[in-house]
Amino acid sequence: MSFYEALLSALQALNAHKQRAALTMLGIIIGVAAVIAMVAIGGGARQQVAAQIRSLGANLLIVLPGNITLTGVRLGSGASNTLTDLDAEAITREISSVQTSAPTLRPSVQIVAGSQNWATFAFGIDQGYFEAREWEVEIGRSFTAEEIQRGGQVVILGLTVVQNLFPGGEDPVGQTIRLRNVPMTVIGIMARKGQSALGTDQDDAVFVPLSTTRSRLTGTNRANSRQVGSIMVKVQEGEDLNAALEEVRQLLRQRHRLQPDQDDDFTIRNLSEIAATREASANTLAWLLAAVAAVSLIVGGIGIMNIMLVSVTERTREIGLRMAVGARPGDIMRQFLIEATVLAAIGGIIGVILGIGAAEAVSTKAGWPLLIDPLIVIGAVIFSGFVGIFFGWYPAWNASRLNPVEALRSA
Amino acid sequence: MALVEIVDLRKTYHLGGQDIHALDGVSLKVEAGEFIAVMGPSGSGKSTFMNLVGCLDRPTAGAYRLDGEAISALSADGLATVRNRRIGFVFQQFHLIQEINAVANVELPMIYAGQPRSLRREMAIAALARVGLGDRLYHKPTELSGGQQQRVAIARALVNKPAILLADEPTGALDSRTSLDIMALFQTLHREGVTVIVVTHEPEVAAFASRVIHFRDGRILKDSSHQPRDAAAALAQLEGEAA
Repeated sequence: MSFYEALLSALQALNAHKQRAALTMLGIIIGVAAVIAMVAIGGGARQQVAAQIRSLGANLLIVLPGNITLTGVRLGSGASNTLTDLDAEAITREISSVQTSAPTLRPSVQIVAGSQNWATFAFGIDQGYFEAREWEVEIGRSFTAEEIQRGGQVVILGLTVVQNLFPGGEDPVGQTIRLRNVPMTVIGIMARKGQSALGTDQDDAVFVPLSTTRSRLTGTNRANSRQVGSIMVKVQEGEDLNAALEEVRQLLRQRHRLQPDQDDDFTIRNLSEIAATREASANTLAWLLAAVAAVSLIVGGIGIMNIMLVSVTERTREIGLRMAVGARPGDIMRQFLIEATVLAAIGGIIGVILGIGAAEAVSTKAGWPLLIDPLIVIGAVIFSGFVGIFFGWYPAWNASRLNPVEALRSA
Repeated sequence: MALVEIVDLRKTYHLGGQDIHALDGVSLKVEAGEFIAVMGPSGSGKSTFMNLVGCLDRPTAGAYRLDGEAISALSADGLATVRNRRIGFVFQQFHLIQEINAVANVELPMIYAGQPRSLRREMAIAALARVGLGDRLYHKPTELSGGQQQRVAIARALVNKPAILLADEPTGALDSRTSLDIMALFQTLHREGVTVIVVTHEPEVAAFASRVIHFRDGRILKDSSHQPRDAAAALAQLEGEAA
């Protein structure tokens, strides 16, 4: 009996018991749909995390002021004012694995533009910042070296700020707005950056030269006129982030003249690591879901085995007749194996369709990109076929071993 | 050379620690073109005999040659091939597959013989025409009468041009008029050269054969030849009485 004949015969038998076939497929359908949906949703979540890592800027360390202890009283994180833009310069100059570093001050400001006003953070930055963040000015221009050096009264706006200050859609570039009552000229608008890994809107910000921030917005700290709020350190591609972190730490300890028994007066965070942790947890979740889905596939397979065993028992006389007219044990085996496989594969195909539908629904709702790997789809169908072969094997083998005399005589 | 050559054939079953000799040393020759009735009460061994002749089962001891081929030595696959090519079975319960139509049922042995689709269809239609069912080709078994179903089964048995047509109580599930009809068909096939062996417990059925073999307790009790009764004439007579 050729494969094609066996396939036709299997379809015939399934067609004769449509309801039973449909119910048997249900296990496989749910299993495959779950696998497809879970992998797609997990993939979407992972891609979102990856996008967040990219939006942060890759290979980034952030140095923050640390806690200090004054006469036994420990003040909290950020209390130290020892971090300066000279530290940033030293980091760039002395550590070879560092591509650039960007000292930043970040006062909150009330901005007034015509009749509109908006509260946000003003990032006081120098040349290194946009490079470290891998972020570009989309409309207009960035700061010139002179503006950064001399404290030019110029400002670059984030998109959210533009939307709130210029709701009519007029061109902000060239206009004068007031930050904490200081007039500044808008010279550019940043490209859209979107949400950070922590969920804050990165486009809700304006950028001002660091020197301007000091002289016009925050005022100068009398104890330390070069103080900055944080330093972003961009490590060169391919360098070990943790090694660079240790080098930065040693350099800063030396520059701050800390004794070996003193705590660091700064904190260094490896942001990529935080993002990687989140990615890992997203991965774990995806695997967990896939494992649950795989279990349901196996349960579906057992359902197929159960029904095939029933089917073999019910069709014992048919098997006997087929043997009497010349079916070899292998022909009978193939017939039932193909029947189980077809059952599972059709279930798999329906499951793929439902799974893609479910993934689409979830990703639309969550605003994730829909990621359906055709390899996963093909793999799921083939795997469900194998489930059919695996669980159909025993019933088919049982059928092929029937004694034709007894099979014919059975009721 | 005889078509069927059986020498000291034995079949022993072990039931509850006891040996049951279903067939206890049977020797027999059947020539091509014979019409044989195998008779005997239940437990006489006639069904066991038929299963062995039909290659559905293997003997415990003894030799069986079909058309010169030693059957006892064959594997399960070999037996299946012999059943497929040399034996045509007709059963009391017809054993048609309910989900498929008459032509598809008749095609079944040819599927296992590996015949191409177009040839199968053609030969199945010819076989159904031969048994007088040319106008019921695409009916499913449930849409056919008992007699018609048995004709489909006979067409299926004939379609691979077997050496022997083996019928196990072929009229057991049919009324007397339809029984005569089927026996008339067997006699027609016999006249056309088919070797027919009918297993029955009814003397009326056995009367249509030219040789009757009686079994009892696993042995041949009597093996006799006689002038067969004409089933077509009996049918005409029955219809005359009815009218």
